[in-house]
Amino acid sequence: MKSWEPTGTNVTGVSDLSPLEKHIALIKQVVPAAKRIGVIYSPGEANSVAIVDSLKKAASAAGMTVVEAAAARTVDVPTAAQSLVGKADVIYTPTDNNVVSAFEGIVKVAQQGKLPVVAADTATVERGAVAALGLNYTDIGRQTGKVVVRILKGEKPGAIASQTSANFELVVNPGAAKLQGVTLSDELLKTAKVVSTK
Amino acid sequence: MSLIASLGAIEIGLIFGLVALGVFLSFRIINFPDLTVDGSFPLGAAVAATLIVAGWNPVAATAVACVAGAASGWVTAWLNVKLKIMQLLASILVMIALYSINLRVMGKPNVALITEPTVFSMASFGGMPEQWAKPLLLLLIVIVAKIVVDMFFASEAGLAMRATGGNARMARAQGISTDFHTMAGLALSNALVALAGALFAQSQGTADISMGVGTIVIGLAAVIIGETLIPARSMVITTLACIVGALLYRFFIAMALNTDFMGLQAQDLNLVTAVLVAFALLVPAYKRRLGGLFKGKN
Repeated sequence: MKSWEPTGTNVTGVSDLSPLEKHIALIKQVVPAAKRIGVIYSPGEANSVAIVDSLKKAASAAGMTVVEAAAARTVDVPTAAQSLVGKADVIYTPTDNNVVSAFEGIVKVAQQGKLPVVAADTATVERGAVAALGLNYTDIGRQTGKVVVRILKGEKPGAIASQTSANFELVVNPGAAKLQGVTLSDELLKTAKVVSTK
Repeated sequence: MSLIASLGAIEIGLIFGLVALGVFLSFRIINFPDLTVDGSFPLGAAVAATLIVAGWNPVAATAVACVAGAASGWVTAWLNVKLKIMQLLASILVMIALYSINLRVMGKPNVALITEPTVFSMASFGGMPEQWAKPLLLLLIVIVAKIVVDMFFASEAGLAMRATGGNARMARAQGISTDFHTMAGLALSNALVALAGALFAQSQGTADISMGVGTIVIGLAAVIIGETLIPARSMVITTLACIVGALLYRFFIAMALNTDFMGLQAQDLNLVTAVLVAFALLVPAYKRRLGGLFKGKN
């Protein structure tokens, strides 16, 4: 789809697109001094490449730069994370299959290099990410259901604008934050769901 | 390259040194192109991680992982020598079967080891920081594995295995059971690879179903880099060369991750790695050409 406008065709929908501006805002909340965002992803995943492209634009708008570390296979993820030590101020992990599969390897590097991990996937917070702002897929289902109801009641799909989720779930892990050398602000702790490493 | 990146390259390089030893054994010693390693590496990781999560002692879990790896190598060789399935195909069959077996072993696509004890948490060398303790313990393990392999190759059974790969007909004429030695050789090879997988899972905190993809490529590259840079007739030096090759290969990857000049981007990583490896392989040829200037051993 080219835009979020009503398409006039038979297609509409609800997207689980990562809210990158919000992620960058979260990175700034977790590590206020961060200027260089290190991102680990597999260059073979179209989804991840698109996220990294958008991340670069969003980061430059926020006055930050992106340092890329590619991991074509899960065994290369720790090496990619290690390459970010000294080159980035914070690690951002997109919803990338390789990255999520080998997440513990990233957390180990984060602790050694005092390089906090901010994630796009809330499920990785209890695996050792400091914070994540993610979508709640139950809400996405509910939101999609509402669109379906409108269509069932006779509205044309082509007349309904595509949407992104409005409900985000903020999850933080104060224990992981301590190990990775940051302290979470009271404001974050108050607004977020707090979990600890399993 | 930062200190953490260098220590990380050493750590993972040493682990893949064990893979290189295994690949050297199958490809070079018994002359069997064995792709089982793409399955036995994650098998070792899966068995070790699952047993550790179930409360086993990490050393015992690692030992069972080696036995599982040995069994997978044995099956590959059995398919070849008993059922007469072509070598490559036999190993491919076991490799793809292991994908399902690994999923069964773990019960899910990945098993995390975060707070569980590992062989690395057991050996802290008196409170040494983890990033130093892990490569040190791995160095000890790799040295022990190398010495065991060297001693084996010097023994009667080891010589019989080398004869099996070198000239099977002559070996049979000397009363050597080439079938048995092929199976034993692949078992030993895959036990080493599974040991590497078990150690990788424990050092990185996760066993993952897709971690085996391309293990054979890294292993072969390590063996060839080692053999090219340190050519030797002595088995003791050649096994050392395999480990050095694996270390160099991981250093090349770490270096490639640090190349942000000339407009190189993250997706160029594999290309840069390949170019670095190619340059390394050119070194001996140039040494020979400039023979008069470099009067080295080789």
